[in-house]
Amino acid sequence: MTDTRSTTLPPESIRITTDSWTEPFWLAAKDERLVAPRCGSCGTFRFPPTPFCPACRSQDTDWVPVSGGSVFSYSIVRGLPGNRDAVLVPVVVEFADAPGVHVVSNLVDADPADVEIGRAVTLDFVVIADDWKLPVFRLADLAAER
Amino acid sequence: MAVEEVAIVGVGATPYYFRGESAPQTITELAGKAILAACDDAGISVTQIDGFAYYSEASAGYGDKMDTATFMETLGIPEVTFTAALTSGGGGSAGSIGLARAAIVAGDATYVVTVMALQQLKQRLGTVFGAAPLSPQNSFLMSSGLVGPGHLMSVLTRRHMHLYGTRREAFAEIAISSRKNAANRPQAQKRDPMTLDDYFSARMIADPLCLYDFCLETDGAVAVITTSLDRARDLKQKPVKVLAVAHGGRREWGRAFAWYGMPDPDFASSGHAPVAQRLYRRAGVGPGDIDVALIYDHFTPMVLMQLEDYGFCAKGEGGPFVESGAIRYEGGSIPVNTHGGQLSEAYIIGMTHVKEAVEQIRGAAINQVAGAEVALATGGPASIPVSGLILGQDR
Ligand SMILES: [Zn+2]
Repeated sequence: MTDTRSTTLPPESIRITTDSWTEPFWLAAKDERLVAPRCGSCGTFRFPPTPFCPACRSQDTDWVPVSGGSVFSYSIVRGLPGNRDAVLVPVVVEFADAPGVHVVSNLVDADPADVEIGRAVTLDFVVIADDWKLPVFRLADLAAER
Repeated sequence: MAVEEVAIVGVGATPYYFRGESAPQTITELAGKAILAACDDAGISVTQIDGFAYYSEASAGYGDKMDTATFMETLGIPEVTFTAALTSGGGGSAGSIGLARAAIVAGDATYVVTVMALQQLKQRLGTVFGAAPLSPQNSFLMSSGLVGPGHLMSVLTRRHMHLYGTRREAFAEIAISSRKNAANRPQAQKRDPMTLDDYFSARMIADPLCLYDFCLETDGAVAVITTSLDRARDLKQKPVKVLAVAHGGRREWGRAFAWYGMPDPDFASSGHAPVAQRLYRRAGVGPGDIDVALIYDHFTPMVLMQLEDYGFCAKGEGGPFVESGAIRYEGGSIPVNTHGGQLSEAYIIGMTHVKEAVEQIRGAAINQVAGAEVALATGGPASIPVSGLILGQDR
């Protein structure tokens, strides 16, 4: 039987680059923490990280760990050029404690048939190019069974 | 003093080629042939063109650029008094006529051409996001395997299905209806009939989207000439009046599927709602007045979401609306993409929709909607701007 569980792109092929506003996110990921910028003045979250708070224009920023992720939406991608056999589940994850933050990544180690909008996810990290780490997600109850 | 009115007076196109088959013609050659054809259609000399109004940052597809000086050099255009482009991508296609209008109303130019040409030999549009240079911004997107626009929009589609119960049958209806409209068009790239079985047997590319939810990969060019209504009345063709044209979008839509930060209900939408409202207000018409709708169809579900945002049905009811047969040329209440659209005729990044809207108002379309007096053409969904154009008969 073929393995139909979802993966990431080949991790060594995944590259990221940063600027001064996005680097704290990736540095935290290296420590296996998922953080998002929250306005230090009015408390509004924004994502991806940008120079100003869109609600009050403040540049004061707190980097807050986010948790309580669930599937906001997803796709099931097969037959990618160069990765014909891989099954990817690109996912948009929302967070109960960080309204407005949508993180795009992969749902890994899932049977695509089990994925549903609203399902809780847990956080994991994959080492990618240049020793950065990519936050990825797993379906929560499947992780509990392991 | 009333603002000067403008009209579209010429449309022209090259043949539509499958990806890579327009060689050895060059991109400038394709664009030039479309411009010359549009001038011929209008009954003007190319030397009378004094304005260029592009969209998509004057890119020619993805990877090539269009350049006004280059066109002047080879076509012998003596002088231009206006040359500009809308920002971002294909969302500005219909809206570029508004840029032409701005030049004419301001007195900056008299005959303004809008042109799009593309060849996909070097870079296929289908993987354009995957091939984009790495940036801090797209580092939050690229790792996921969402390499092309269709992959990106499949995620919006899934949310629409979840929120409103939209079924793949609705997307199939859009694909099949478009194919049917292309069947009698010699220039269409896909004319073979498509059945529901064909649709559901097709390869899934980015589930819930299959092969037939994706538009074609075309090489070719389309050009459109806009001038003042006064001048238009002295030209060869019956003037096609610009009733209204608008581009833009709200922050909640923003970079859209390159961002994914949209809240509900914007996430599962086309981002067109604010543009649609402005367009109708300015044209003094509503969705019930539109006789034929040329809806930007890079992916079938985005047609459905635009039908909602343009008020042809309520938000969330696009699925049942489409499945009822409402968008069919024969028997539909609002015929959509009578030219076969980008799904079945050709994909020139929105320009075929403008061309078809013009031909419908002239009464000269191959699949003519009887008595069509008001036509809608749209550009996008894409990152802001998205755009819309309402054309009508003169007098
Ligand atoms: Zn703030």
